[in-house]
Amino acid sequence: TTVTSEQIEHLHRRFKQLSRDELTIRKENFDSIPDLEFNPIRGKIIHAFFDKRNLRQESDGLADEINFEDFLTIMSYFRPIEMNMDEEQLDRFRKEKLKFLFHMYDSDHDGKITLQEYRNVVEELLSGNPHLEKESARSIADGAMMEAASICVGQMGPDQVYEGITFEDFLKMWQGIDIETKMHVRFLNMEPIAPCY
Amino acid sequence: SVSNIVPESCLLIVVGLLVGGLIKGVGEKPPILNSDIFFLFLLPPIILDAGYFLPLRQFTENLGTILIFAVVGTLWNAFFLGGLMYAVCQLGGPGLNHIGLLANLLFGSIISAVDPVAVLAVFEEIHINELLHILVFGESLLNDAVTVVLYHLFEEFATFEQVTIIDIILGFLSFFVVSLGGVFVGVIYGVITAFTSRFTSHIRVIEPLFVFLYSYMAYLSAELFHLSGIMALIASGVVMRPYVEANISHKSHTTIKYFLKMWSSVSETLIFIFLGVSTVAGHHYWNWTFVISTLLFCLIARVLGVLVLTWFINKFRIVKLTPKDQFIIAYGGLRGAIAFSLCYLLDYKHFGMRDMFLTAIITVIFFTVFVQGMTIRPLVDLLAVKKKQETKRSINEEIHTQFLDHLLTGIEDICGHYGHHHWKDKLNRFNKKYVKKCLIAGERSKEPQLIAFYHKMEMKQAIELVESGGIGKIPSAVSTVSIQNINPKSLPVERILPALSKDKEEEIRKILRNNLQKTRQRLRSYNRHTLVADPYEEAWNQMLLRRQKARQLEQKMNNYLTVPAHKLESPTMSRARIGSDPLAYEPKTDSENLPIITIDPASPQSPESVDLANEEPKGCGGLPPSPEEDEEGLVMQVKEPSSPGTDDVFTPGTGESPSNQRMLRCLSDPGPQPEPEEGEPFIPKGQ
Repeated sequence: TTVTSEQIEHLHRRFKQLSRDELTIRKENFDSIPDLEFNPIRGKIIHAFFDKRNLRQESDGLADEINFEDFLTIMSYFRPIEMNMDEEQLDRFRKEKLKFLFHMYDSDHDGKITLQEYRNVVEELLSGNPHLEKESARSIADGAMMEAASICVGQMGPDQVYEGITFEDFLKMWQGIDIETKMHVRFLNMEPIAPCY
Repeated sequence: SVSNIVPESCLLIVVGLLVGGLIKGVGEKPPILNSDIFFLFLLPPIILDAGYFLPLRQFTENLGTILIFAVVGTLWNAFFLGGLMYAVCQLGGPGLNHIGLLANLLFGSIISAVDPVAVLAVFEEIHINELLHILVFGESLLNDAVTVVLYHLFEEFATFEQVTIIDIILGFLSFFVVSLGGVFVGVIYGVITAFTSRFTSHIRVIEPLFVFLYSYMAYLSAELFHLSGIMALIASGVVMRPYVEANISHKSHTTIKYFLKMWSSVSETLIFIFLGVSTVAGHHYWNWTFVISTLLFCLIARVLGVLVLTWFINKFRIVKLTPKDQFIIAYGGLRGAIAFSLCYLLDYKHFGMRDMFLTAIITVIFFTVFVQGMTIRPLVDLLAVKKKQETKRSINEEIHTQFLDHLLTGIEDICGHYGHHHWKDKLNRFNKKYVKKCLIAGERSKEPQLIAFYHKMEMKQAIELVESGGIGKIPSAVSTVSIQNINPKSLPVERILPALSKDKEEEIRKILRNNLQKTRQRLRSYNRHTLVADPYEEAWNQMLLRRQKARQLEQKMNNYLTVPAHKLESPTMSRARIGSDPLAYEPKTDSENLPIITIDPASPQSPESVDLANEEPKGCGGLPPSPEEDEEGLVMQVKEPSSPGTDDVFTPGTGESPSNQRMLRCLSDPGPQPEPEEGEPFIPKGQ
């Protein structure tokens, strides 16, 4: 990774804060971040930290705890683009980030985003509005899925069934958005570090 | 063709030149662009149009860059140019010696500002990528504050005997007052407009008026106090837009859009033509040294400024500006009518060399508009600068963008980093919690952005359906993907009713399509406040109908019998519903037995308000009206109008469910209730 040593120091300090000076973090440690409470997709974000696919481990499933190295690995998905990347590097860069996102959508790790998973995503996104009917979230997800199907497969007869969004389809959907420039966190200045409980 | 090579602005100036020449030739004195007219009437529509439709996301993402270009860039240009021109004047011989430093600085400040009108006119046509567009355009809008301050400052200083340090410091402070004051005024008026629009649900026809009126007042108020009117206008447009759009009806929205585009087009045209005419009409004083050096130094100043600033800015940007981008930014620094008008305002008493200034300014304007304007397009092609991508906003993109926003906010929180996303999220939450409740009417104040977006898309689809599917055929461009393709198990297990077979579905679709055609012909009684029935409403209803149908398939149905047929066929009833303007309506011959569909978009929680009506539509292979069969397909309710001939045949059900509110917003444009004596239904022609 190309995170600078200064940034690594900052992140290490934060890691120690979160882990209360232990060597590893568990899911419960994330509860101590106050601002995360308001985030509708909080569950998915925390889950992503423990997802073994993101931690570049060969196995599948969820880890119980992660150490600082794993923490850095996850953070490296959010590093900004560099000017001197060539085409191939850029493509790999982009795919990496999209793979991270894909894993977040695909909660049962089967390599496809099914309709139910997509509905789940939309429901979570709208979870900040308690008075909303479940119907709305579902119809949005259905509409989005239909749109995805028509982008990825084109015309479909009435008997064909679209199983789910595969990673290739996912790439197609994201073609219009430059993920390389959007999905990054500025590590430039990390002071002041926000407090934990 | 000519229009591909020559941008419109150039052609208009040429036309102005011709017209001016003509008038002069006839012996009359051609009119000069009066500064009052320019600043009070010609400029505001263009700026309001720009501000109201400003792509806010890109603007805020690049705000830092834009501000640096606008403020520092303009200051640099003004002082560099002013200083150099002073030097030129000192060396320029007897004709120029008397022009002092202040006069030159004033001249520099007038001519250094990039002009939004000219930039818009040229950049609109070359369809450059969004980043560059917003950078140059944003700069041209925001540098108004700097220009105003410098202009007034130097103008005043020229009357002083001595300029002290205090004056300079005050001048520096006045910059903040002018710009922030302008923004503040704009925000206030924006909030007032948003608040007003909350209560306009009964007088939809004058909704656009509030937008225009308050924005203009913002501009005037700001200008009154010598604050930046342009910034006020933009601030008010930006602030009011999300709330106003949530409150006003669809038709008002369209009205606003088209009026703004119309006015700004007209203004732009007039401005350029006037420029041409004024060139012919004005008193000129041509001094080779002055003019040529002005032109030269303008270009040099611009290029240097952009280069240095970009080097500085790139340290902080994620997406760096490439040399190609820098070239376009430098090249896009066009000057226009604002510079001309500002110069024209100068007082002869203090500025005897005004004519020379004017000549120089006109030369620079002509050069930038003609030469740079004409060559920028081939240059853009030559340098292979990225063009604007025509992406359709899709619901998927919206979901992903929102997801990404939340994800990045979450990561920032985990890192403990109060970054860009964190503050944006805080602002959004504040907006949702407090501001939206005040400024948006009714249910919509709680509507999350995703839902609002989804509804907008559906509306668009409905409109497209009508425009392309008016003959009743679903065009092949529309995807054939339906809910069956993605979720074949969508029918719940405990269904009591049999599944709708494919042919039934097809029949129902056919019926719907035919009715869509026919209901179009029905017009309401016409008065000044009513507009003709909108085909979009029918398509909208069809959309709702489809969704309704899908919902009903999964719920228990009330088994209402058919509505007695005779009610529909009675002539008075059908005429009442077809109440038409005898002047504007030629009914079809079989209009008497039109199946009338009134849709009541009741929310799913109240199935009892949905009647299953079975009708025998004319001319289709209709469904057999067998009472024992559940007609789960047709979900229609026949509703009698409260009195014959009223406008509200489409009375949506009472209740505040979101879909009702939406319907109300779309349909509630008829305006004031018809007077009691208008109750008489019109007799359609030919009956």
